[in-house]
Amino acid sequence: MSEINREAVAHLARLAHIEMTNDELDKMAGELDVIVDSIKSVSEVAGEDIPATSHPIPLTNVFREDVVGQTLTNEEALSGAPDNAAGRFKVPAILDEE
Amino acid sequence: MSELITSSAAQLAAKLAAREVTAVEVTQAHLDRINEVDGAINAFLHVNTDEALQVAADVDKARAAGEDLHELAGVPIAIKDLIVTKGQPTTAGSKMLEGWMSPYDATVISKIRAARMPMLGKTNLDEFAMGSSTEHSAYGPTHNPWDLDRIPGGSGGGSAAAVAAFEAPLALGTDTGGSIRQPAAVTGSVGVKPTYGGVSRYGAIAMASSLDQIGPVSRTVLDAALLQEVIGGHDPRDSTSLTDPVGSLADAARNGNVAGMRIGIVKELQGEGYEAGVQARFNESVEMLRDAGAEIVEVSCPNFKYALGAYYLIMPSEASSNLAKYDGVRYGMRELPAEPPLTIERVMSATRAAGFGDEVKRRIILGTYALSAGYYDAYYGSAQKVRTLIQRDFDAAFAQADVLISPTSPNTAFKLGEKLDDPLAMYLNDIATIPANMAGIPGISIPGGLSDGLPVGIQFLAPAREDIRLYRAGAALEGMLEQKWGGPLLASAPVLGGVK
Amino acid sequence: MSVYIQDETLSFEEAMEKYDPVLGFEVHVELNTKTKMFSDAPNIFGDEPNTAVTPVDLGMPGVLPVVNKKAVEYSILIGLALNCKIAESCTFARKQYFYPDTPKNFQTSQYEDPIAYDGYLDIELEDGTVFRVEIERAHMEEDAGKLTHMGGATGRIQGADFSLVDYNRAGVPLVEIVTKPIEGAGSRAPELAKAYVAAIREIVKNLGVSDAKMERGNVRCDANVSLRPYGQEKFGTRSETKNVNSLRAVERAVRFEIQRHAAVLDSGNAIVQETRHWHEDTRSTTSGRPKSDADDYRYFPEPDLVPVVTSKEWIEELRAQLPEPPAERRKRLKEDWGYSDAEFRDVVNAGVMEAIEETIAAGASAQVARKWWMGEVARRAKEAEVDPIDVGVTPELIVELDRLVQAGKINDKLARQVLDGVLAGEGTPEEVIDKRGLAVVSDDGPLLEAIDAALAAQPDVADKIRGGKVQAVGAIVGGVMKATRGQADAGRVRELILERLGVQG
Repeated sequence: MSEINREAVAHLARLAHIEMTNDELDKMAGELDVIVDSIKSVSEVAGEDIPATSHPIPLTNVFREDVVGQTLTNEEALSGAPDNAAGRFKVPAILDEE
Repeated sequence: MSELITSSAAQLAAKLAAREVTAVEVTQAHLDRINEVDGAINAFLHVNTDEALQVAADVDKARAAGEDLHELAGVPIAIKDLIVTKGQPTTAGSKMLEGWMSPYDATVISKIRAARMPMLGKTNLDEFAMGSSTEHSAYGPTHNPWDLDRIPGGSGGGSAAAVAAFEAPLALGTDTGGSIRQPAAVTGSVGVKPTYGGVSRYGAIAMASSLDQIGPVSRTVLDAALLQEVIGGHDPRDSTSLTDPVGSLADAARNGNVAGMRIGIVKELQGEGYEAGVQARFNESVEMLRDAGAEIVEVSCPNFKYALGAYYLIMPSEASSNLAKYDGVRYGMRELPAEPPLTIERVMSATRAAGFGDEVKRRIILGTYALSAGYYDAYYGSAQKVRTLIQRDFDAAFAQADVLISPTSPNTAFKLGEKLDDPLAMYLNDIATIPANMAGIPGISIPGGLSDGLPVGIQFLAPAREDIRLYRAGAALEGMLEQKWGGPLLASAPVLGGVK
Repeated sequence: MSVYIQDETLSFEEAMEKYDPVLGFEVHVELNTKTKMFSDAPNIFGDEPNTAVTPVDLGMPGVLPVVNKKAVEYSILIGLALNCKIAESCTFARKQYFYPDTPKNFQTSQYEDPIAYDGYLDIELEDGTVFRVEIERAHMEEDAGKLTHMGGATGRIQGADFSLVDYNRAGVPLVEIVTKPIEGAGSRAPELAKAYVAAIREIVKNLGVSDAKMERGNVRCDANVSLRPYGQEKFGTRSETKNVNSLRAVERAVRFEIQRHAAVLDSGNAIVQETRHWHEDTRSTTSGRPKSDADDYRYFPEPDLVPVVTSKEWIEELRAQLPEPPAERRKRLKEDWGYSDAEFRDVVNAGVMEAIEETIAAGASAQVARKWWMGEVARRAKEAEVDPIDVGVTPELIVELDRLVQAGKINDKLARQVLDGVLAGEGTPEEVIDKRGLAVVSDDGPLLEAIDAALAAQPDVADKIRGGKVQAVGAIVGGVMKATRGQADAGRVRELILERLGVQG
C-alpha cells in the first residue's frame, strides 16, 4: 500500500484549499491509497532516456500581436461576483500575510 | 412520434432548404419532445425555449427573404453544460457555478450562432466532466433512453441521451478521456473526438487542458461531420488550435468506403476485460469490414496497459490546477465558514468544500499529490514519459494501418449506482478511449449493435489531423450495419414507444 | 494578529567589522506593451477598477491565454541588454498558490527554462568603482491584481475588515530579473544595492520596454540579505525583503537588514528564513511570513501555451534594435561634452545627465548646460528637497535664459530673478522681464552718469587704465554695476568706460 494517510491528505487538502472533516480525510485517504496503488506502475515504466510529452500535438511560437481588443464593462466583470463594492470584488479580510 | 424529431440533421437541413418545413416547426417539435420525455431522462439542465424559437424564426424570415444561409441554419442543437454561453446559465454540472451566467461565448458557440442553429439548451454532465456515468452531476443523474435504470455514460451523458432520445438531432460534447465516445457507445449514438487542436477549446470549461477536446454528438456519421465542419478550424484565442486544413469531412461521410483501407485491430484493446457481447459485436464489425475490402491487420501497443495509470496522474494534475480558480471571489458560489474568524483563506476553503462534489475533490487531491514537492518526478513526470511511449505505440501502429479499430467501451451501460462507490471500476470504462486523448489523435464511436438489448460502440482511431479517415471508415461501417439491421439502431430503441 | 516589534540592530560599522554580507535581488519589471501578457486587454495605469479586463484577466471559466509577441521581444531585449544567453526554446509553467489578487490561483510564469539566463551587469559605484553583478536568469510572467484593505485602523492587512480587488493590473507582462548571490560587496553593499536597481531601471527605460517608474511599481525590488563570518564559504540564512520600491529604500533596507542580521547573530540566535516588509516611515523591516510547507508551488508545464522557440535571425534582428548601452553612452557623452571625470560623475549622480543632453540638443553649450543644472537648478532642488529634474526647469527655459544673457538683455544675476518669475508662473522670460522691470540698463545716458561718478570716485584707477592697464577696468565696472543695482549690461559698461578714457579695449 502507498503512503497516503490522513495526515498526508490533510496536507494536500490545505494546499488545495478544501476544508475536510476527519471522517472525510479518512475516507479520502482510503480511496486515494487504492487509486495510487493501482497507478504506481507508471513510475516504473519509462526510463531516463524517454522525453516527457506535455502537449499532445507539438506546436511552437503561437503568438498574438500587441493590439488591444474588446474588454468587459465593469458591470460585466462584476456580474457573477458573490460580493462587490466600489467597482471591485469584495473579499473578507486577509489576516495571514501582507 | 413526429418525423421531425426522428430525422437526421442532414435530412432536416434538406427539408428546410426545400421549404418543406420551417425552422420554427423543427425547433418546436424538439422542444415539445424535451417537454415530453426529459422529466424521465434528465438530459437537460436548462431549456433555452425563447431564444431557440427566436433564432428559428429569424432563420425562417431570412430564408423567405432569399438570404444565403448555412446548410445547418435552423437545425437545432443541444450544448453540453461545460461550454459557456451568453444568455444561458453554465453550471459545469456543479453547485459551484449554480446560476452563473457567462459574460462571453465560447468560440464554438459563436460559430453555432453564426450558422444560425437554434440552441435548445444545456445538457447534463458529471461535475466538471469528471465521471463516466453522469451520476456525478450536482443536478441528478441522466437516464439512458434504452433503459432508464441505467447510466447514459459520461461525462457527456446528457448530450448523448438527448440525441438518443430524439430530444435533439445534434449536440456538443467534450472528450478528455472518452466523455463523448463512451456515452455515444452506451446510448447507440455517434460521437467524435476530433484531433486535439482541431476545434477551439476557448470557452470549454477546462478539466485537463492537454486532453480536453470539443466534438460532435449525433445519430449519424454524416451529421457528426456536418457539425464538426461548423465548429472546427483555427481560433487565435486557443494557442493549441491547429491551422491545418482538414478536408471535407462531410464528403468523406457521404462516400464511406474501406476498400483497400488497412484497418488495425489493437491487440491490447479487446479480449480480457471486455464483455462477451461487446467482443462479439466488435468481431462481427471487423468481419464486415474485411468483406467490404479492408485489409485487417493486427497491431500491438504494449504501452497501452500504462495509459489508464498515466491518465489518472495527468488528468487530475491539470484538473487540480484548472479548478483552483473556483474560490468564491470572482464568480459562482461563496460559502462562509461555520465559525469565525472570517478570513478569505477560510472562505475559499469552505466554498470549495461546499461547492465541489466527492469525485471532483478526489481528483483535485490526487492531482495535488501528483504535483507536490517530492512526488512530481515519480508521478506527473513519469506519466508524461508514458505519454511519449503511447505516442510511439500509435506511430508504430499507424505505420501498419490507416485506421485502428476497437470496442469503444469494455461494457454496455451499467445500472445507476452500480459503480458509484468504486472509483477504480468506474475509471476502467475509459480504458479504450483514453489512449487517443493521451496522443491527441481523433476517434469516433458508432453504434455496433446490441448486447442483451443494450448498445455496443465501435471505435475507429486515426492519426492526428486525419479525422477525415474516421468519417470515411465510420460511414462505411454504419452503412453496412444499417443495411443489416434494416434501419438505424436507434429505431429499435424501446423509448421510441414513448418514455412517460 | 502580528504585533509590531522594533528589532534590535547593530551599528552598521560594527556589523561590517564582524560579518560579510551576501546580497541577491529579484527585480520585477512591468513591460509597457499596449496589451497584457496573455490577453488583449489594455495595459494601462490608473483606469476605473475592473475595466481594463477581459474574461481571461478575471480567470473566468473556459478562458485560455495567448502570448503577446511584443512582450516576448521586450523580454529578449532585456536579456540581451543584461548580457544574457537567450534560450533556444523555453516554456511557460504554472506557479500555484491561492491569493485573491491572482485570478486563476496560479501565476503563469517560467520555471525550468527562462527566456534569458547567465548574464551580468557592470555596476558603477559613485566613486567610479565598477562591480560586476552576475545575472542568473530573466523570465517572463504576469502581474497580479491590486488589493485595497478597508476598515480597521491602518489600511494595512492587519486589522482590515475586508479587502477590495481590482484586476486591471492582473496579467500585465512582467520580467523578473534574478541575480546570482552577490559576494564581496562588503560595506558597499547598500550602495551597490541602490546602484544595481538604478542600473536596471536605467536599462529598461533606455530600451523603451518599461515606463520604469518605481513609484508606480513599474520596477519593484525584492532584496535578499544574508551574513556570514568573514572567511566562511557557506552562505548564512537569508531574509527576503519585499516592497522596496524606491532607490533610497533599497539602500536603506539592505543596510537595515545587515544591521538586524548582525544583531541576531551576535546574540547567538539564528536568522529565520522569511519574507520581511520594508516600512519607509520607520525605516525598518518587519517580519512577514516564514517559509512553510504551504510554499509548495506545484509548478508544472502550462498546457495551454506552447514553447517559444527563438531563431538566430530573430535574436539578431532584436539585437540590432538595442540602443547604446547606458555605460557606453555615458562614456561618449563625457567625451563629447569635454567634462572632467569629477564633473561628469557629479552630473550623473545628480541625475541630470539626460537633462543636460536635452539642453544641449535645444541649443545650449555643454558648459552653459552644466552651469545651470549643477548650479542654480541644483541649488533650488536642494532647498526644496527634490531631484533637480523635478524643479520645473525645462531645457528650453535654460536655452532661452542663456540667449537673453548672450544678447545682453539680462545678466546672470537678473537671469536668476527671471527664473524665479517663470517658476512662479508669471509667464515667459520676456514677460517676467517686462513685469519685473529687470532689463539691463541699455540707455547710455544714465550709464554715462554712473561711469563718470565711478571714475571720479577712483581717479587712481582711471589713471592706471589710461596708462594701458586695461584689466583694471573691472573695478570701475563693479562700481557702475553697484550704482545701477546690477541692472546694467556689464559688457556695455566696459565698452563705455574705455571709450570715455580713450583707450582701446
